[in-house]
Amino acid sequence: MTGVKAAAQAAMQAVMKKAVALAPDSWIPGGEPDPLIRHKHGLIGAAISRIDGPLKVAGQARFSAEFPMERMTYAALHYSTIAKGRITAIDAASARAAPGVVLVMTHENAPRLNPTPPFMSKPKAAGGDSVPVMQDDRIHWNGQPVALVLAETQEQADHAQSLIRVSYAPEAGVTSMASARAQGPEQGYFRGEPLKLEQGDAEDLLAAAPHRVDAAYSTPRHNHNSIELHAATVAWSGDELYIHDATQAVDHVAWSIAEAFGIEERQVRVTSPYVGGGFGSKILWQHQILAAAASKLAGRPVRIMVSREGVFRIVGGRTVTEQRVAIGAQSDGGFDAIIHTGTVAMTPHNNLPEPFILPARSAYAAKSFKLDVKTVKLNMVANTFMRAPGESVGTFGLESAIDELAFDLGMDPIALRIRNEPDKDPTTGLPFSARHIVEAWGAGAERFGWDKRNAQPRAQRDGDWLIGLGCATATYPYYRMPGGAARIVLRKDGHATVSISAHEMGMGTSTVQTQIAAERLGLTMEQVTFEYGDNTLPGVVLAGGSQQTAAIGGAVIAAHRKLVGELLKLAGNDSPLAGLKPDEVGGFDGGLCSLQDPSRSESYASILARARQDEVMAEADGSPPLEGQHWSMHSHGAMFCEVRVNAVTGEVRVSRFLGSFDCGRIINAKTAASQFRGGIVMGLGLALMEETQFDERTGRIMNPSLAEYHVPVHLDVPMIEVMWTDEPDPHTPMGARGVGEIGITGVGAAVANAVFNATGKRVRDLPITLDKLL
Amino acid sequence: MHPFRYEPAADTPAALALGAAAGAKYLGGGTNLVDLMRETIERPDILVDVSRLAGDITLDDHYGLIIGAGVKNTAAATDRLVRERFPLLSQAILAGASGQIRNVASVGGNVMQRTRCLYFFDDAARCNKREPGAGCDAVEGFNRNHAILGASPACVATHPSDMCVALAALGATVRVDGPHGERDIPIVDFHQLPGETPQIETVLRPGELIAAILLPANGVAARSSYRKVRDRSSYAFALVSVAAGLELEGDTIVDVRLALGGVAHKPWRAFIAETALKGGPATPAAFRQAAAAELASARPLRDNAFKIDLATRLIADTLEKLTQTAEPAQ
Repeated sequence: MTGVKAAAQAAMQAVMKKAVALAPDSWIPGGEPDPLIRHKHGLIGAAISRIDGPLKVAGQARFSAEFPMERMTYAALHYSTIAKGRITAIDAASARAAPGVVLVMTHENAPRLNPTPPFMSKPKAAGGDSVPVMQDDRIHWNGQPVALVLAETQEQADHAQSLIRVSYAPEAGVTSMASARAQGPEQGYFRGEPLKLEQGDAEDLLAAAPHRVDAAYSTPRHNHNSIELHAATVAWSGDELYIHDATQAVDHVAWSIAEAFGIEERQVRVTSPYVGGGFGSKILWQHQILAAAASKLAGRPVRIMVSREGVFRIVGGRTVTEQRVAIGAQSDGGFDAIIHTGTVAMTPHNNLPEPFILPARSAYAAKSFKLDVKTVKLNMVANTFMRAPGESVGTFGLESAIDELAFDLGMDPIALRIRNEPDKDPTTGLPFSARHIVEAWGAGAERFGWDKRNAQPRAQRDGDWLIGLGCATATYPYYRMPGGAARIVLRKDGHATVSISAHEMGMGTSTVQTQIAAERLGLTMEQVTFEYGDNTLPGVVLAGGSQQTAAIGGAVIAAHRKLVGELLKLAGNDSPLAGLKPDEVGGFDGGLCSLQDPSRSESYASILARARQDEVMAEADGSPPLEGQHWSMHSHGAMFCEVRVNAVTGEVRVSRFLGSFDCGRIINAKTAASQFRGGIVMGLGLALMEETQFDERTGRIMNPSLAEYHVPVHLDVPMIEVMWTDEPDPHTPMGARGVGEIGITGVGAAVANAVFNATGKRVRDLPITLDKLL
Repeated sequence: MHPFRYEPAADTPAALALGAAAGAKYLGGGTNLVDLMRETIERPDILVDVSRLAGDITLDDHYGLIIGAGVKNTAAATDRLVRERFPLLSQAILAGASGQIRNVASVGGNVMQRTRCLYFFDDAARCNKREPGAGCDAVEGFNRNHAILGASPACVATHPSDMCVALAALGATVRVDGPHGERDIPIVDFHQLPGETPQIETVLRPGELIAAILLPANGVAARSSYRKVRDRSSYAFALVSVAAGLELEGDTIVDVRLALGGVAHKPWRAFIAETALKGGPATPAAFRQAAAAELASARPLRDNAFKIDLATRLIADTLEKLTQTAEPAQ
């Protein structure tokens, strides 16, 4: 993009943004609350078990690497062992001669491919990076695939892969933060905007403030470790490509692979009925493209299941952050300045500078702000989205600093937070759509017994164990991305099928959406089928940004409104519903009824029978997601942690954890609780043990296994209590905001703050391992 | 994985005959060997499965308790005789790996575990164990889990076993069968320090097979404990572990057994500390001094200096806690 064009586009966007912000509420999606918000005692909010649970327990839910195909071949990857340079020779003779080998593919014989569109570069771009996939002899990171073997069995492919010998001409790469910094940090951009915000003179106000904290916090690299490995089963039929993928972006993957192969999007079918965890990682990495390329060369279907080591080598994770948080405050706790700046590592080939300043933009009122994310570029696997990118590590710095300031002020850290509660978005000035964090703090504190905490460190002890309590704010934005569309087919027997190209990664999408559709239509859950995980279905819905529930909800609202219109037309003048408009009726007990006068009703069966139709169908696009520019929309949580730190060994054990959330209306008490708890468990890993050991001499990840890359085991996880305000957000579909990511936010700081309370030691560098407490 | 021949052995003579071939390796539970084969670090041509041999635990008047090499870790840890006479051993085994792994892993295999050094596992790195003379990338790399005692410039790896730390403290003996007959090797001499030849990890000769572990009776069983410090609560190797046993008469130390895990290329019997303590008073100061004396020769690497402090604290604290346990019943 030229500078002039970019500037013109930015100016246009700014004008649009202003217009949306100032428009009357009624012009904005969510301006009229979703009628479902008024439903109090139906399926919404019920603790309903996952409808796919029995299938999964019985091993009958078919995942991407489980689709059988005739003449299947199995792929194994060989990875580079240098971070930068050229391949000078590949000796694959023994691999080709090994038993069962069908094909060895390298840059010398791979089909010509276009560069992969990297995520966020285009609306449906899904690539983890834009590095050409096996197109030349260049090495960009240590672990880049340099050869693929296809064989008759997985074991044969794995063995043959191990026989390949690659010679390199290494070049000096950038593999350390020090050398990357020496190249000069650059401004980070996120969603098209610079991650930079200055309001007032924060440095001056900080310097003049009677109380201040000014500290450096750091967080390490993390790698994705979903239980299900990245995998795909791929086959060509002529020029049409079929992919059973493990993905959170069926449409994005289809479009991006079509771009890579220079074919039409409609020639690519991507299905993904079950995904064993995504967390941001299940997008388009090299393996799907390599499998499709190899399948084309071999003329046979290909199954690729990346090994655990392979996931560390070719799937990016969360990048390293170096943060400065400074807060200046008056003696009453009022914030004069919030400064949150720092540097993150990324690559020249991707678009995600871990946006750790996002929480500081809206969490607290302050007289001035200085927020800034700079990036440095390394030769490493492209970093990517990982559960609450930005917030998970940003809240560690921000919420630790607030705890430090509270201690300095002699104030309760919850009181300090509430003292700085903003009445409108502190940096955009937009009104909040709904914000009940103060209630969440109150309810959580009471339940947790926060009043029993002694603010003095080392005040509580049980034998060798020092006991401490800590808390932190959790926060995550509400997102609804464009592209939502849905189809509803209602049969005369009262069965409805709702279809949308969304995703089930284990969080309960299909269950929750069945509940919502049944409630909206006035049907039972058994009368509703929710169809998803297929790019040929309507809509483009990314399972990311905790936005799926809202995006699907918005699309189903639109399709449902159209369906009701169709039904009212069919009902005609002989119906008790005659004369009513779509917005005046709702689904109830297998039919429609007037919202004003429920006695005016007619069943779907009756309407369709009179119209002599077997079914009625409606398909519609969701409204443009303008609500996020009209209101400041965020979820929050109050996180409480109790730790025990061994005075002899420094071992940290989390003994209690409570999350009190304000996430709008909770749709399913069971699956939402699991999302909260799962996020908190992942947050405990972030706090205490997760760390990718990236060898800065070679750029190589040294702990690519679950034995050496530590995530919490059962014994590390205490009873986790979760609770929620259940206050609907009047401006979102169903009154709900996403719950997938917020659980991990704030956990790192809650643990660190509890460790300080227990020991008097402030650990500002994650993970909090015992050596930092000796 | 390098292709191999699989040979289940019906009895010990058959195993020894098969194991005498070049390229043969004995297979116990496979929880370490098979992992290394999948990484192509171990490339045996023949796997001689001995997991069905020597599966008994027996009491012997002369040798004490004899634990067959084929006994599963879980079976050893939960055995009544082991729990009554050598609770330290039971605790140490249960501190290792995970329930699933212990159910499969054998006692003999546990002794034969190889290091979990990250650079040993990655054939893109330099490692003198995998390729003698290649150099060692761990010396200046990630070495949080590495040795502070008895290491050499050629190798700073640690032995990963918990069980062997208890065996070292208990003065166990490893009985091996081989082409030239049976011999007994004290566990403290069984594993080697790396020196210039870190690829040689034990004194086993080619074709030899561990038959059993012999545990002599001792006076410290009643006051003994295994403490393991690691980076998470389970399924992690020791940063430092201590196997300790005390025999007291009043406040005087009659016998003391002390071994450390996670600090050296072998289970580290703390002879210096033991000598310092024996016959002396059981006081916190004496424990701290003895621990410090044991760690005096420790040499930290980039990431593991904390282990010196941690090991010192852990020894002193474990011994002090043992003095506080109730007087053992006679």
